[in-house]
This record gives sequence, structure tokens and C-alpha cells, in this order.
Amino acid sequence: MGITSALAAQFGQMLLVLALAPALTGLTRKMKARLQRRIGPPIFQPYRDLRRLFNKDVVLADNSSWLFRVAPYLIFAATWVAAALVPTFQTGLLFSWAGDLIAIVALLGAARFVQAVAALDTGTSFGGIGASREIMIAALAEPAMIMVVFTVALVAGSTQLSTIAAFMADTGGLRVSLAMALVALIIVALAENARIPVDNPSTHLEVTMVHEAMVLEYSGRHLAMIELAASLKLLLYISIIACIFFPFGLITDGAGLSAHAISLAAYLLKVTAASLLLATLETVIAKMRVFRVPNLLGVALMLGLLGTLLLFVSGGM
Amino acid sequence: MSPSPLAFDIAHMFAGGLVLVSFMMLYQDRLLPLINVLSLHSLLLALSVAWQAHIQDKPDLYVTAVIALGFKSIVIPMALRRMVVRMELHREVEVAVGTGMTMLLGIGLVALSMDLMLRVTAGANALVREDVALALSVVLLGLLMMVTRRNAISQVIGFMSIENGLILGGAGARGMPLVVEISVAFSVLVAFIVIGIFLFRIRERFDTVDLQALDRFRGEHR
Amino acid sequence: MPIVLACVAGLLAVSALSLPLLRHRAATAAVYSACLAISLVLCAAAVLSIGQADSETVLPLGLPWLGAHIRLDPLAYAFLAIVNFGAASASLYAIGYGRHEAEPARVLPFYPAFLAAMNLVVIADDAYSFLFAWELMSLASWALVMARHHAAKTAYAGLVYLIMASFGTFALLFAFGLLAGAHGDYAFDAIRAHHLSPGLAGLALVLAVVGAGSKAGLVPLHVWLPLAHPAAPSHVSALMSGVMTKVAIYAFIRVTFDLMGAPAWWWSLPALLLGGATAAIGVLYALMETDLKRVLAYSTIENVGIIFIAIGLALAFKASGLPGAAALALTAALFHSLNHMLFKSTLFFGAGSVIVATGEQDMERLGGLIHRMPISSAAFLAASMAISALPPFNGFASEWLIFQSILVSPQLPRMGLKLLVPAVGVLLALAAALAAACFVRAFGATYLGRPRTTAAGEAREADRWSLAAMLTCATLCLLTGLFPGIVIDWLQPAVTVLVAGQMPPQAAIPWLSIVPISASRSSYNGFLLFAFVAVSASFAAVVVHRFASRMVRKAPFWDCGYPGLGVVAQYSATSLAQPIRRVFATVAFAAHEQAEMPPPGDLRPASLRRFLRDPVWHFMYAPVASAVGASATLLNHVQFFTIRRYLSFVFVALIVLLVVLALWG
Repeated sequence: MGITSALAAQFGQMLLVLALAPALTGLTRKMKARLQRRIGPPIFQPYRDLRRLFNKDVVLADNSSWLFRVAPYLIFAATWVAAALVPTFQTGLLFSWAGDLIAIVALLGAARFVQAVAALDTGTSFGGIGASREIMIAALAEPAMIMVVFTVALVAGSTQLSTIAAFMADTGGLRVSLAMALVALIIVALAENARIPVDNPSTHLEVTMVHEAMVLEYSGRHLAMIELAASLKLLLYISIIACIFFPFGLITDGAGLSAHAISLAAYLLKVTAASLLLATLETVIAKMRVFRVPNLLGVALMLGLLGTLLLFVSGGM
Repeated sequence: MSPSPLAFDIAHMFAGGLVLVSFMMLYQDRLLPLINVLSLHSLLLALSVAWQAHIQDKPDLYVTAVIALGFKSIVIPMALRRMVVRMELHREVEVAVGTGMTMLLGIGLVALSMDLMLRVTAGANALVREDVALALSVVLLGLLMMVTRRNAISQVIGFMSIENGLILGGAGARGMPLVVEISVAFSVLVAFIVIGIFLFRIRERFDTVDLQALDRFRGEHR
Repeated sequence: MPIVLACVAGLLAVSALSLPLLRHRAATAAVYSACLAISLVLCAAAVLSIGQADSETVLPLGLPWLGAHIRLDPLAYAFLAIVNFGAASASLYAIGYGRHEAEPARVLPFYPAFLAAMNLVVIADDAYSFLFAWELMSLASWALVMARHHAAKTAYAGLVYLIMASFGTFALLFAFGLLAGAHGDYAFDAIRAHHLSPGLAGLALVLAVVGAGSKAGLVPLHVWLPLAHPAAPSHVSALMSGVMTKVAIYAFIRVTFDLMGAPAWWWSLPALLLGGATAAIGVLYALMETDLKRVLAYSTIENVGIIFIAIGLALAFKASGLPGAAALALTAALFHSLNHMLFKSTLFFGAGSVIVATGEQDMERLGGLIHRMPISSAAFLAASMAISALPPFNGFASEWLIFQSILVSPQLPRMGLKLLVPAVGVLLALAAALAAACFVRAFGATYLGRPRTTAAGEAREADRWSLAAMLTCATLCLLTGLFPGIVIDWLQPAVTVLVAGQMPPQAAIPWLSIVPISASRSSYNGFLLFAFVAVSASFAAVVVHRFASRMVRKAPFWDCGYPGLGVVAQYSATSLAQPIRRVFATVAFAAHEQAEMPPPGDLRPASLRRFLRDPVWHFMYAPVASAVGASATLLNHVQFFTIRRYLSFVFVALIVLLVVLALWG
């Protein structure tokens, strides 16, 4: 088997997620608008936004440091690499063994660390409020995610996403632990991506912002990088959920062209469905008060732990 | 006879789901959604018992399932809902012991019951073992709910979830003879009496309780 | 062997020679350079000879019938390397930093003695030499803590440290007494040959946990650590946090894995439970603190907790007959010890440079230092990311190994352990996430934003020596994170000796990945991830700058149209931690706030007070302290008796003893 085709698959996937991510954001916004009986911006509006932002000047705060200028690229790169490690329509990618699920979570954590630090760089209150809330949310969301990883890894006997997907496709059964892990993972995904009910991606009210407050000082190409990273992160979480819990249609390396087409179509279908569900969820529920969020994330953490504990019962021993 | 893997998985799924819904009860601090959760709890119980009836081939268990479905999942929640609306309790937010703390305790209880039950029932078949372990968890969680709640209606709901746990255990263990069904129906009756008594007490003391709660809730956190 | 002994003797000689030199101006540079050279030699010797056969010798020192047994085995080599690398970097740092010392005479003689004592603990092979070296280490470090004796806090810190250190030594003394048995010999060989009944083994285990744990900072024996570590000069703080806690961990590993023989499953319980609690509570303490060095000291407590979790897992696996998994967990523990030495040294060096540059160590009075101290801020940032367990740094590699060994836990036969280990996993994950929060806060409040005081605004970058030390350690944080396989392979001889198993050799794995169990199960490649991130980031930057805009305009930051926001309007360290304080500390520390708003027209300023209660101090130490105080007041009367009454006391005591003897016989 040629290494060139494996390389092509790997880089193809990297470009695919990069190209697809803004469309996902646009699609979600469109569906949300339609559900609220608005017309909404076109699906491809995020691409136009990005292009416009890329061509604008950057307005830097007077007292910003080198960190502030480097951070957007680091955030983008870490998120992109994490997204490249998640199987979208094909498992067993060339570099998928470079990092397992824990490494993916940690890469996203590194991106978040850089983002929170950059938010503090200018010394405004917005950056501070965003960063302080973000680290509070992360302090609960990350352990919850680790517990989800534990549950899934104990079921599949591996933390490699490719192996997990293969296991789930072959022998996945109904397991209550997995259901709990799924619910917990969805809560974590909502929190990590700053979606309702944890944060509102379209808010501009200072006291309710988390993610938007952190990036308030950013403009031009820097803001574009961060927005792109946010879209990538949403796509990444949807891909993780799809590949662990709905692994149908995934192909392994070396499949034929028609198989590629089918699996790609299946992937797009899954992403569309997830986007529709997300839009529905964001339409029917309201944003929580900031200090209710820990309760919700606590639930995710407990579900993850409970899922792990229940595995010992279903194992029969 | 050991059950097929799929049958086991489905039974496990239902029973585990029941534990999950018990946790939802612990988390939910508003009354109307809590009642919805109770009816979901009973629905899951009905499904679980029906599945047990199917795999154990015991038709009398279907009766239990139907009772659970009819009474506990539909009639009682409807009655409770009417009561809450009539007494204008539906805006009330329960000031429980902190949710996080309760959930933590709950996890501890589940771990405890598993450790205990899996050790005690070491010889039995896997289906029975997991059913009994999960049933004990549901019972303990229901008790925890009754301990941590102040509101009478949520205490009744906790009580009902305890009963659901008992039925789950009974159905999983051997399948109860119909005689026991009568006692179950009897306990439903008891529950109604309890509701009635609490109802009077609430009506008497409603104002004071409400005001205290409001006072304490003025700050954002507790 | 001769090299090691010669080096230790050299350190002691430097300590003695420094006395006549104290008045000399070049004394600081001379002493630290000598320590640097000797430590480097020791470190190199340890790194190179870890795979060699054990060598032992008996020196005619110490107790006449016992002598001083010295033994070098792979575990000793591993810790010798950790100790001496930390010592070398601290000495390098101190060549520059030490010049700012007000009273070098209070530091210079004790510093080499401290280094020598830590080395002696690691190579000692009998209980007497071990305890002697241990006590020497405690006293030398106590003297170093007391170097700044003018500060009121220092005296208190020194007192608490002295009490806790003697308490810990006592516990270890009794532990060795139990291990040696009634007629036992105190050489470690004899102790190994002696087997204890389960009850006595449990008691010895508890004593070892208390003795080693109090030195390492295990909750609830940690109270002295956040007082004493920050009170010392910063290079000594780095040594105490990064290295001395590792010596304590060495003592625990030596006793439980080596001296006590085959473990029972419940030996893992104290390490797992206390380790989990220590990790979570330590980092919560750190988040409540605003003194930069105290934040770092509390974070040391957290990392000690993480290492103890890994040790507990290793004990559980070893007792359950899973040598492969035990090797994985123990490797993770040793690897994290090494990593913690690296990043905690960097962080303390950074804090020391901040203190030298500004004279402040309260984060509420710092800020904006990234502009004035770019290089040391970069090193501090790298170490912050490493300690927060973020890839591609080394902290992530070792915590990843711990997570992997937690995932092996379903193979444990005991149900209780099976249920306990995931719960400890939650605590570990929580500690890692909170550590990230803690260091966002520490780095952000210290180095970012606008300077909160004029001193912070006029800071100057640290000197060359300090920068060299910081950059060396920070680079090693990155390198050991990129190529963890090399470190893992290097540690294997030590692990094999202790658990009779080892991890698969990592050098054989292509592309420099690490694989703890098998490739289909999990693998991690820090280098590749780092390369990918670096390449994509530069690629993105180049593409954007080439094909899109590269224009930059400077403007004031967004102030909501409310000009003249002073520097105090920034988020401070306290306010950054407010959400976490509210979520986690309300229960743990009984944290609450009291806002006082004067009515309109009143000229008093509004105030917000924050209350915290240290539960450990409140419930464990305060009662003991007040009991001691009360009994001291009672006994105070005894001081004012007449001679005749004193004599009668002695007489009565004598008679009572004789009567007891008569009845006993």
C-alpha cells in the first residue's frame, strides 16, 4: 500500500475539515434562523466574513505584547491539528496514532490556555471576565470529557479513535454506560463550543459573554483565525460524537472510490443532522445563568463517572 | 439459564436508564419538570419489567408492567400535576442541599450498592446480579431524594421512585407472583393517603414556607 | 561509586570552606560555581550508570558496629539524576541571583550542605545513615528558610517547619524500628530479609506515609510547606519544591517497594486516597492565594498528590500480580517527579527574578512584566503550560501515562479498588484542569495586562545566569515532552528492580512515539504533534501575511467609551479566581464574601471582603495547637517551685519507677 495515498488521505482530511468548518457554522445559523421564522444569512456567509476579516487591518491595543499576536495562529494550529486526528469518514489515518483521544482533549486544552492568556494580555476587564469564566467552565468540562474518554476507552479497550470506531462498528451493543457517555459528551461539547445554554455565540451583552468577551480585543486577520478555529472546534466535536457513537459508513484505508463517495456522503449527512439538532436545541432552550453552568457540567462529570462505574456491573465479573 | 448477550444488554440498558433518570430527579429542582421525570421513570420501569416478562417468559409480569405504565406513569403524575397547578406551586424552586453535593452523594451510593450487591450475589446469574445492584441504587437514590428535599410533593415523588426500584428488583429476581401485585397496588394507595395528608399540611403552612424560600433565594446562590 | 562519594565529600568540603571565605566578595560566585560543577558531574554519572550493576560499600563512619552503608542501585541513580540536575540548575541560577542576597553568609554555608544531605539520603543503605542524612537535610533547609530572618513571617514559617520536620523524622524512625524488628539490624539488607505480620506492616506503612508524606507535602501534613518554601531565597525554594519533595518520594518508594517486601492490595489505599485528595485540594489552595511563591508552593503539593496517585496505582498493580501495569504506573510516577523538578524550578526561578526586579511577590501588585522581562516571561509561560499538563510539554506526557495506567485498572481483581480508581481519576483530571486555571491566573496576573505598581512598571530583565538557568530548564521541559520515549527507556532499570516488570522498549517504536501497552491500545507522539502545530501555525501566518492583509494599526484598547480606566480596573488575581472560588471553595474552604455599600451621601468607600477558612488548619492543627498552649500554661506553674519541691518531684519519680520495676519483675 502506497504511503502517498495514505498521505493524500491524511492531508485530504485536513483540508476537508478546514473547508467544511465555516459551512457548518453557516448551516447552523441558517437553520436556527429558519426555526425562528427568520430568513437568516446565507449558508456561505461565514466564508465571506472570513475573507473580509482577512483583508482588514489589524487594530492592536497599545499595550499588547508578542503573545497577543502569536496566540491566534497557535489557537488555530492546535485546533486544526486536533481536528485532523479525528476520523471523519475514514479511520486509520496515517498520523492518527500520533495522538489518542486524551491528546486531542489536551490539544484543545492548550488552545484554550493560550486563548485565556491572550485575553488577559491587554488588561481590559472584558478579557478578564471572559478568561475567568472560561477557566471555571473548563475546570469542570475537562474532567467530564476525561470521564467520557474513560468510559469509551474501557468499553473499546483503547483510547485510539480509529480503534474505538472500529470496535463500535463491529460489536457496539446497547450499553447504558455509552448512553450516559453520549449525554455527557453532548453537554461537554455545548460548553466547549460556547453554545447555548452555556454561552451564547451571538450575544453582545457584556455580562453574559464568555468566549466573545475573551476575543473582544481581536480584529482583522487575528479575529478571522480565531473564528475559524471556533468553527473547526465545533466540527471536531461533531466528528468525535459521530465517530464514536454513530460509526456507520466509516471506511478504512484502501477502500475503493465508490466506498469513499458513500462514506463521505454519510459523513456529510451526520454533520447536517448534528447541525439541525444543535439549531433545534439552541432554539428551544434558554441560556443559563453563569453560576448554573457548574451544575450542568457537574451532571456531565457525574454521568461520565457513573458510566464508568456501571461498566463494572455490565462486565458481569 | 444464562441470557443471550442482546437480551442482557437491553435489560441492562433499561435498568441503567432507571438509575440515570433517578439522577435526573435529583438534579431537577422545579416541580412540574420533576413530575415529568417521574412519569419517565415509571415508563422506563414498565419497559424494563415488560422486557423481563419477555425474556423470563412470565406473562404475569406484563400485568406489573401495565400497572406501572397506567398508574405510575400516567394517572399519578397527572393527579400530581393538577395538584401543583391548583395550589400554585409550579413556580416554586426547590432549595435543596446543593445539587453538586447531592449528585456526589448519589454517585457514592451507587458505588456502594454495586460493591455490596455484586459481592452478595456472587453466585447468581449475571442478569439477576446487575438488576438487583441497579435496583438497590434506585432505592437508595430515592431515599436520598426524600432526605434532601423539603417540599412535600417532591418527597412523594422520591417515595414513588423508591417503590419503582423495589419493583425493578422484584421483577429481576424471580418475577413476583400476582399476590405481591396487590400489595404493590396497596402501597400506591398508601402513597395517595400520604399525598392527601401532605396536601393539607402544605395548605396550612404554604405561605410561611414560601416566604422563607424566597428570602433565602434572593442572593443568586442559595 | 568513588565518583559519587567524592562528589558528596566535595559538597561538604565546599560547605566548610565557604566559612572563611564569607567576607570575600567573590564568595557567592565561587560557592555556587563549585556546587554547579559538582552537581553536573554527579548528574552525568547518575544518568550514564543507571543500567549498571549495584555497587555497595561500608564506610567506617557513624555508629561503630554498623558503619555507614552506601549502595547505588538503579532507583538511587534515577533520583541522584533528578536531585543533581535540580541542584545544578539552582546553582547556575544562584550565580546571578545570589548577588542580590542581603546576607549571603546566612545562605552560602548551608547550601552545599543541603545538596550533600539530599544526595546522602538517596545513597544511604542503612536506617541510621538514612535518618542522619534526612535530618541533616531538614536542618540545612531549615537554616536556609531562616536566611531572611528579619521578616516576621519567616520566623513563624521556620517554627512550623521545624515542628513538622521533627514529627516526620520521628515517624520514619519508628517505621524503621518496626521494619527492623526487635532484634533487627539497621542495614537495609537485614530489613529486606525481615518479614512483618500484616498488622505491623500496616502500622509501618502508616508511619512511612506520615514520615515521607509530611516532607513531601501530602495533605493534611502539608501545612509547613506553603509557609517554608516561599520564605527561603528563590533558588532554595526551587530546590525545596522541585528536589526535596522528590527525596521524600524516594523515601516512600524505597520503603514500600523495596524494604517492606511483597505488598498487599490495601497498601495502595493510603497513597491513592491521600494522593487524590492532595492533588485536588493543593491546586484549590493555589487558586485562592495571591502571593506568587505561595501559589507555586501549593502547586507543588498538587504535583506531589499526582505522583502519589501513580505510586498508589503501581502498588495496587504490583500486589495484584500485574507487573506490566505496575511498571507503567511507576514509570509515570518517576517521570512526573523528573518533570516536576524541571518545571517547578523554572517557575521558582521566574518568581525569583520577578522579586529581584520589582521587590514585590504579591500578584496584585505586579502585571505587565512581559514587556519588561520578555525572555523570563517566555520561560515562565512554557513552564506554566508544562505544569498544566498541556501538550507538547513534558507534564502532559507523564500525566498521559498515569491516565493510561488508570485505564488498565479493570484488570484489578478487587472490586473496591476498581471502583476507587476511576474516582481518583476524576480527581486527577480535576486537578489537571484546575492547574491550567491556576497558571492562566498566575501568568496572567504577573506578566500580562498593565503594571499595577510603579515598581512593576520599572522592572528590568534578569541577569544572564538566571536567564540561562530558566531557559535550560524550560527547554528541557519541551524536549522531554517531545521525546518522552528516551526518558521512559532510561527509567526502566529502576522500575524493573522494584516491580519485576517493565514497559515495552520505546526506542524500538518508529517515529519516536510512545506506546505504554500496545500500539492498537494507545500511542502518543509529542514530537509529531508539536511539528504539526508549529508547521500549521507558521504556514497559516505566512499564507495570511502573503495573500491577505499584513497591516497593523495601534489604538487604545476598548474601554466601553469610558475613558480613564485606571490600572486598578483590570481583572486582578483575586477576581480571576472568583468564579472558581464560588464553585469549588464555598464548600471546601467555607469561602464567602461580604459586600459593604454605604448609602448615597456617605463618604466611606465601599468594600468587599473575602473570607476563607483553611479546613485542615481549622480542624486538625488549631485544636492541637490550642491544647498545647493550654497545657503549657498549666505547666508554667511548675517553673516557680522551690528547690525542695523540685527535689521531692525527682524523688517521687524515682520511687514510682522503682515500684513499677518491682511490680513488672
